[in-house]
Amino acid sequence: MDLSVRIGALTLKNPLLAASGCFGYGVEYADVVDLSSLGGVVSKGLFLNGREGHPAPRIVETPAGMLNAIGLQGIGVRRFVDEKLPELRARNATVFVNVCGSTLDEYVEVSRILSDAAGVDALELNISCPNIKEGGIQFGCSLAGTFDVVSAVRKVTRLPVIPKLTPNVTDVASFARAAEDAGADAVSLVNTFLAMVIDVETRRPKISNIVGGLSGPAIRPIAVRMVYECRQTVKIPIIGMGGIADARDALEFMIAGATAVQVGTANFVDPFIWSKLLDGMRDYMKRHNIESISDLIGTIDVRSRDKEWISS
Amino acid sequence: MPIDVAAEVIANRHLSSEYHVLALAAPAIAAASAPGQFVMLKASAGHDPLLRRPFSVFEILHGHDGTRTGISILSKRIGVSTELLYRARPGDRIACLGPLGRPFTIVEPPTEAWMVAGGVGLAPFATLAESLRARGVRSTLFYGARSAADLFYLDFFRALDVELVITTEDGSAGESGRVVAPLDRRLSSRQAAAPVMIYACGPEGMLAAAARTAIRHHRPCQVSVERIMGCGLGGCYSCVVPMRGEDGGAHHVRSCLAGPVLAADQIVWD
Repeated sequence: MDLSVRIGALTLKNPLLAASGCFGYGVEYADVVDLSSLGGVVSKGLFLNGREGHPAPRIVETPAGMLNAIGLQGIGVRRFVDEKLPELRARNATVFVNVCGSTLDEYVEVSRILSDAAGVDALELNISCPNIKEGGIQFGCSLAGTFDVVSAVRKVTRLPVIPKLTPNVTDVASFARAAEDAGADAVSLVNTFLAMVIDVETRRPKISNIVGGLSGPAIRPIAVRMVYECRQTVKIPIIGMGGIADARDALEFMIAGATAVQVGTANFVDPFIWSKLLDGMRDYMKRHNIESISDLIGTIDVRSRDKEWISS
Repeated sequence: MPIDVAAEVIANRHLSSEYHVLALAAPAIAAASAPGQFVMLKASAGHDPLLRRPFSVFEILHGHDGTRTGISILSKRIGVSTELLYRARPGDRIACLGPLGRPFTIVEPPTEAWMVAGGVGLAPFATLAESLRARGVRSTLFYGARSAADLFYLDFFRALDVELVITTEDGSAGESGRVVAPLDRRLSSRQAAAPVMIYACGPEGMLAAAARTAIRHHRPCQVSVERIMGCGLGGCYSCVVPMRGEDGGAHHVRSCLAGPVLAADQIVWD
């Protein structure tokens, strides 16, 4: 049974990635999970310099989901390279680094530093954080901005370049196309949905940033639809995410057209979820006689259902 | 390394219409737990509520042969998850991840231990009091609650020779008012050469007042903070506390990894 998938020139041993912002820098989970057993680990978003992020409260639970506005707290790319990357390498993790920038130059500089460091396997460009003004969302909400960031980073790195797209636009697929046109190796989607929760007793927002990003099972059907739309539009691989909580959810994204998937919020609930997801995927492959998981990608059957209804 | 078990509910003792003690079968977690550490509990299977909630380990449960068989938590009904836990029945299974976080640093004689608890903030002090007793440390519990009906486990602490200083907001038991008032008086009258460690846990206002009082009297103080926490393992960066760094600036520190027990004089309380 072959669980490996390919993202450009990079082969992942399986389609499961730990999502950015949901897995620290990866090293926090080294005691709980064999990091090398994952398809990859996506680091927390990194700017050139460290950031303190927003004050608490930073999260609030919502029906089958959660709202967060962490504010991209982070140690900066150089400390990541010096302090975290060596341990990730030692544990044979496949390392995706989530790259942030307030300007085009910052994306380029962070990407350059990471490309020169040993042990980085791919760059995920964060052009979609909904929670800070200068967090790249100004690029991610404009087709020209998306094109510009991807092409600028493309020029300075040989690593796979994977912009992470926001769902907070009218037509995500057009952004996937802009990324593809600019030379992206893949796109990942979706980042969180901009949302808010108010305490009616106090009439105050429940998180300090007033608004935040919604994640968790509540958003999954919308994310699946967006992956499906992008699959119709671009040829490059799609890394799908949004509310995956079990193997069936992951398979749903792959059938919709995702080559790999990321798991975020569900890892908070169950840090031991990874082996359960892999077991569930293997079980599915066995039941459906699928030798290679990559044969499942984009196999959604959208033929007319007329005949089924007549015969049943 | 933290352990995740589908822990069976052994007992759920309602102390009042709000407070209860939930006993869970979790031998491996009990065996590894130190005073001040916490567990993450998922109140129900399924996606709603979704996230686990953090709880201090209240008691370590023992079998007849003295081996550690499980833990209990002291919880107060305040929301959806705590409501479900309040209604849990023996035999139910509750996902329990732990032990997590940094425990209290436990003092040795002749240093005295003064524990300061507000409401459900009593939770980490049962196991701490046992450890202090085992070391022969003279201990006092300053325990504040809204009223006499919200004071629990007094006999438990008395049995460990812990001196009790009780306050209630309505004056129905002990001194009327807030728990930091008697702490302040005792610190004022204590000789500077007599060492004391202050341990505090409770609502944010009480915790800040206890910390400021300790700092004003130049006494070391460990606080157990409670923050909204997403994962308990350092993944989500939800539970941060502003703390002074070596550079003198304030930095957001994850209370799940660096805490929940933190040095009061390093926290930026404003």
